[in-house]
Amino acid sequence: FDVNLMLNCGNLAQVQHVVLILSGKGGVGKSTLTTELALALRHSGKKVGILDVDLCGPSIPRMLSVGKPEVHQCDLGWVPVYTDAQKSLALMSIGFLLEDPDEAVVWRGPKKTALIGQFVSDVAWGELDVLLVDTPPGTSDEHLAVLENLKKQHKVDGAILITTPQAVSTGDVRREITFCKKTGLRILGIVENMSGFVCPHCSECSNIFSKGGGEELAKLTGSVYLGSVPLDPLLTTSIEEGKDFIQTFPDSATFSAINSIAQTLLTSIQNP
Amino acid sequence: MADIPSDAPQHCPGTASEQAGKTSACQGCPNQNLCSSGATKAPDPAIEEIAEKMLTVKHKILVLSGKGGVGKSTFSAHLAHALASDATKEVALLDVDICGPSIPRIMGLEGEQVAGLSLCLSPRYVEDNLAVMSIGFLLSSPDDAVIWRGPKKNGMIKQFLRDVDWGELDYLIVDTPPGTSDEHLSIVQYLSSARIDGAVIITTPQEVSLQDVRKEIRFCQKVQLPIIGVVENMSGFVCPKCKNTSQIFPPTTGGAERMCEEMNLTLLGRVPLDPRIGKSCDEGKSFLTEVPDSPAAAAYHSIVQSIQAYCLSHVTREESAG
Repeated sequence: FDVNLMLNCGNLAQVQHVVLILSGKGGVGKSTLTTELALALRHSGKKVGILDVDLCGPSIPRMLSVGKPEVHQCDLGWVPVYTDAQKSLALMSIGFLLEDPDEAVVWRGPKKTALIGQFVSDVAWGELDVLLVDTPPGTSDEHLAVLENLKKQHKVDGAILITTPQAVSTGDVRREITFCKKTGLRILGIVENMSGFVCPHCSECSNIFSKGGGEELAKLTGSVYLGSVPLDPLLTTSIEEGKDFIQTFPDSATFSAINSIAQTLLTSIQNP
Repeated sequence: MADIPSDAPQHCPGTASEQAGKTSACQGCPNQNLCSSGATKAPDPAIEEIAEKMLTVKHKILVLSGKGGVGKSTFSAHLAHALASDATKEVALLDVDICGPSIPRIMGLEGEQVAGLSLCLSPRYVEDNLAVMSIGFLLSSPDDAVIWRGPKKNGMIKQFLRDVDWGELDYLIVDTPPGTSDEHLSIVQYLSSARIDGAVIITTPQEVSLQDVRKEIRFCQKVQLPIIGVVENMSGFVCPKCKNTSQIFPPTTGGAERMCEEMNLTLLGRVPLDPRIGKSCDEGKSFLTEVPDSPAAAAYHSIVQSIQAYCLSHVTREESAG
């Protein structure tokens, strides 16, 4: 009889679905797409949470413009930070626990594993439709920790894998796919980010990071291709400034691409 | 000995702690005698062995970034190519990104795996004077995932430094994964008795990157690793059709330039986005050879010259101080 498990197992009980956002590769847009998918799901009326387990490079607080709020504890654990008064989007990140935002978290694996275990079980999420878990690149301590802890509470629908089109990226994402298969994590699909750049001056499309890798990877590995998102300076600026891109540019092709991925994802987790 | 061994009990104080082997949690642990004898607090003998090995390596440069996907591997590879273009110089590139080893592909050495997990740690040669080592060479398939926790990754890095037959080198470049964790601590720790010339920090212009890069810079300062300078990659894109520049990754907080001013660091240069760079990397070719007249190639060459100048001035200073 594990008292701790009994006290904490409530925290994910009212979370309907948990989705991991993974990539073997760094800098492909995991945090950006986690943020945008969360905003898209919220705009379609869902209650969403984001758990940011990138301990070395926690980007989500800036992307959602939540700055450095104080994090409180309640009986059930940490209270997540809400981005709005209606509490439709909740966030927990190690970014909130650091005294100095420029201070590096220089921890070896075991310490990271311990904190991630706490993050998974000790955040009082309350009722959520979807919890998105943003991860750092790789296949190491953080990924094993988050998966092991989620599995203990029988709570993981699957993972979305993000890649950019070029081979250097898909090469790493193939390894992440192996990680998923080895750990029994369902692959909900692959998203290709930075899929071409349309020049705002002359509309010429440039394939800055090559072309086609995402779809090829999906075919090669028998995974679902969820769609592609273009390189869009309006999106990158919006993310920089912590603005809600979806509210600011509801008519953009980028929003439509993101929204389509969000809806496909929702259908997939609601009908496994 | 890992700080917390895999067979340690739940409240293991850590093998390097003053309490190692002595707390109540240590009772019954298979490592208790070893820890309480003090053996685990002694410095790892590998550090001296590596220092010995590194005596034949004139300059050691780490390529770091707090952020992923900014172009560390791309930069490391092209730094290696540029330094090796002088046939009188011996250059080696060590890839310590255990989970995402990109260097074999970028250097055109994909498929150079040795059958089975090999203990044979011979570097692969791109040119007579350019050697490469990566865990990628030890994997038998492109789908193989290296799902290792910290201590195992550290062990691999120790082997790379101590057991690879590097020979006499003018430059050893070490490409790292993003972050400030096991790999970074290990590299700095294992090279602590061998002088590292310094680190080159790669970033892209936007604050989302700089935010992580500042942490990496703090890490370097904490472990007293000199910083040669900062490279701002993906710095603007010139449309090949209309020649207008777009800031795809906008420097909303002043980019690397402002960060360098604030942190008193050298901005080594800016490299623009060029689709041909990604293409060269995918094909395992050197962008510097493929598109030698591009603005990006010119930027690379200027940055490499600054790095060489730094390394040489270092030696002069040490020689005159010694």
